[in-house]
Amino acid sequence: MSGTAETKSIVVERTMRHPPEKVWKALTRSEVIARWLMQNDFAPEVGRRFNFRATPIPGMWNGCTDCEVLTLDEPRTLAYSWNASGEEAADGLKSVVTWTLTPVAEGTHVRMEHSGFRPQDEGGRQAMGGGWPRIVEGLEREAGTV
Amino acid sequence: MSYLPASDVFRVLADPTRRGLFERLAEEGELSVGVLTAGSGVSQPAVSQHLAALKGAGLVGETRAGRSTLYRIDPQGLRPLVDWLAHYSVFWRDRFDALEQALEEMDE
Repeated sequence: MSGTAETKSIVVERTMRHPPEKVWKALTRSEVIARWLMQNDFAPEVGRRFNFRATPIPGMWNGCTDCEVLTLDEPRTLAYSWNASGEEAADGLKSVVTWTLTPVAEGTHVRMEHSGFRPQDEGGRQAMGGGWPRIVEGLEREAGTV
Repeated sequence: MSYLPASDVFRVLADPTRRGLFERLAEEGELSVGVLTAGSGVSQPAVSQHLAALKGAGLVGETRAGRSTLYRIDPQGLRPLVDWLAHYSVFWRDRFDALEQALEEMDE
């Protein structure tokens, strides 16, 4: 593998039947975020450090994500870092989540980009051909329910 | 704590017999070499060698129970294989559903 870090993103987009101002509240009020994302101590201030917390997955995730508010442009753009925490921080996930809200006739076009996945974050069942151990699939299923 | 590169874990699990032993431990919990040998299709020394390789990769741990040794999987060893890209693709789609639900329940 070369030294240049090639990273990948996940993009999820959806048009929601609500005005941008309302979607913005859902993205930036701690108690509302807790209802649809995770428990958190988010506050809408650039530079604010906060955590998302959920049930740990033994051997995979310690249940805590280290974050910092990077961009706050109400009601258009919200970005925060999304990093592994504690002893998982050193060689764990380091990524950024960016929300972009665009007013449209039906309401708001909501775009989420989670970027910065490195090649080593990409597991890679293709490397195993068809012989991927069932245990890994089990772990992934658990991971999907965090 | 540091981990083996994913490629090393893949190499250790690439052997079908070794992977079969790992899967049995994953499904059945703690097992002795004798129990693992029965039904493995290979000799006990071969099973012991495979277990040593799995231990070396941090995929399997052992506990002494009297005179026998019991082997079990160590899920930490699988950490390099965790596919965050696949994990978060599912995660965010689910969260979008939950966000829409939350928006429906908000007053303003």
